Amino acid sequence: MSLLSCQNVSFSYEGKDVLSKINFSINQGDYLCMIGENGAGKSTLIKGILNLKKPSSGRILTGEGVKQNEIGYLPQQTQIQKDFPASVYEVVLSGRLNSCGIRPFYNKKDKQDALDKMDKLGILFLKDKCYRELSGGQQQRVLLARALCATKRMILLDEPITGLDPIMSMELYELVKELNQKENITVIMVSHDVRGAIDYASHILHLGKTQLFFGKREDYKNSELGKHFLTGGIEA
Amino acid sequence: MMETIIEIFSYPFMIRAVIVGVLVSLCAALLGTSLVLKRYSMIGDGLSHVGFAALAVAYVTNLAPLSVAIPVCVLAAFLLLRMNENSKIKGDAATALMCSGALAIGIMAVSLTTGMNTDVCNYMFGSILAMSKSDVTISIILSVVVIILFVAFYPRIFAVTFDETFAKATGTKSDLYNMIIALLTAMTVVLGMRMMGTLLISSLIVFPSLSAMRICKKFITVIITSVLISILCFCAGIYVSYVYSTPTGASIVIANIIVFITFSLIEKMRERVTQL
Ligand SMILES: Nc1ncnc2c1ncn2[C@@H]1O[C@H](COP(=O)(O)OP(=O)(O)OP(=O)(O)O)[C@@H](O)[C@H]1O
Ligand SMILES: [Mg+2]
Repeated sequence: MSLLSCQNVSFSYEGKDVLSKINFSINQGDYLCMIGENGAGKSTLIKGILNLKKPSSGRILTGEGVKQNEIGYLPQQTQIQKDFPASVYEVVLSGRLNSCGIRPFYNKKDKQDALDKMDKLGILFLKDKCYRELSGGQQQRVLLARALCATKRMILLDEPITGLDPIMSMELYELVKELNQKENITVIMVSHDVRGAIDYASHILHLGKTQLFFGKREDYKNSELGKHFLTGGIEA
Repeated sequence: MMETIIEIFSYPFMIRAVIVGVLVSLCAALLGTSLVLKRYSMIGDGLSHVGFAALAVAYVTNLAPLSVAIPVCVLAAFLLLRMNENSKIKGDAATALMCSGALAIGIMAVSLTTGMNTDVCNYMFGSILAMSKSDVTISIILSVVVIILFVAFYPRIFAVTFDETFAKATGTKSDLYNMIIALLTAMTVVLGMRMMGTLLISSLIVFPSLSAMRICKKFITVIITSVLISILCFCAGIYVSYVYSTPTGASIVIANIIVFITFSLIEKMRERVTQL
């Protein structure tokens, strides 16, 4: 039984199919990179995997006892209000909520973990700053730290490097790689930075209203589609 | 001033009013921050109108007011949240429907029997004389429940308020906590509306947290500050109302308006200073 498998899954908005016939499965420790043009349905599939959106047909199965509260998530866009008063620390700490179980408050370990993750992403000095007063890239790092806090077995990152500077982007890739290799955490990442992202992935899922390719990274690089998409990326 | 305060506390009905008022202000401020940030500011208004209808019907049918109003309001709160989610009728429209609909039902119920009398007027505009001994007991119990639940669920309420999608995605039962927020709000509104009046109770929910948000940058400090503002404004309002015989609810709201304007000015000045 694999960690996550989609069986003939389709998604629709208001009755119109935006994504259909998705069939793939991944195992614990895999690193899946999801690629495709704008509007291909990547974010929709991520939401489906997270149970935020119901598939219009087909089934998404999680195996090996992965529970919803073991998953970290970095949304592509958050509808956090502009005027929300919350400190960076409060936001990052809220990622630890899924480790609390029925415990009402955060304990020492939760707080320490939040601080560690902030340190890793270089935002420790922003700890007491107000989230709404940060720059876009800084906000992205805060949400990343929160996602890392929530991650136990699987992390889903929807365009994580949006707004990050080149150095931070590289650090992010390394960080995720470390998470994947050292802690055997399953990674699903959506990225438009194809050349950068693909090097780290073990599997590729190429979407375009339907499943265009799923398989090992090497196979993708050698496929017609892969060659086209990758070189297209270079020329563009 | 001291003498007036001692005088105020020599009347049992004033003591009751102060106890209930402080507790309700506290609860309203606690919940207000979440409601305002979740764009549910109007929920207090909707619920108070439903509460008015329920009280009016209870009055006409000679039932105990709170035992009718609380369940009805809790039900209405759930309905309002559901409508927000399903969104065939958008949340604000749903609230508007509920406000005027409930008001109409309430007025109808009253006019069928006695017509508009002081009791009904009190429901509309509030009265500190309305508090009976049993009201005080119920208020204390309910507000203790509200405070305990709020504190116990504080990290979850923060998570659901800040980013419901993330909370849901990472395994927090956000629907449950939305329900809890609605439930607590309904209880607070019913308790407060008899003192503040149907028309003014939602200001108790909205004003203190909006004022606190002018100057605070952390969620926890916003909540603590808004609780302090709320209690302070209540005390100021009831004092003024006693000394100058002004309506209690309106006096409290005026106090809140003054605080809000002051804090807004402080915010503006701070921005000026940092710009220099
Ligand atoms: N809330 C919505 N209501 C209706 N249609 C939607 C909604 N969200 C997305 N869609 C449609 O679904 C399709 C897939 O959207 P999705 O957000 O999954 O694309 P994506 O692959 O993440 O694109 P991008 O690279 O721009 O992030 C698009 O055609 C879009 O128009
Ligand atoms: Mg997307």
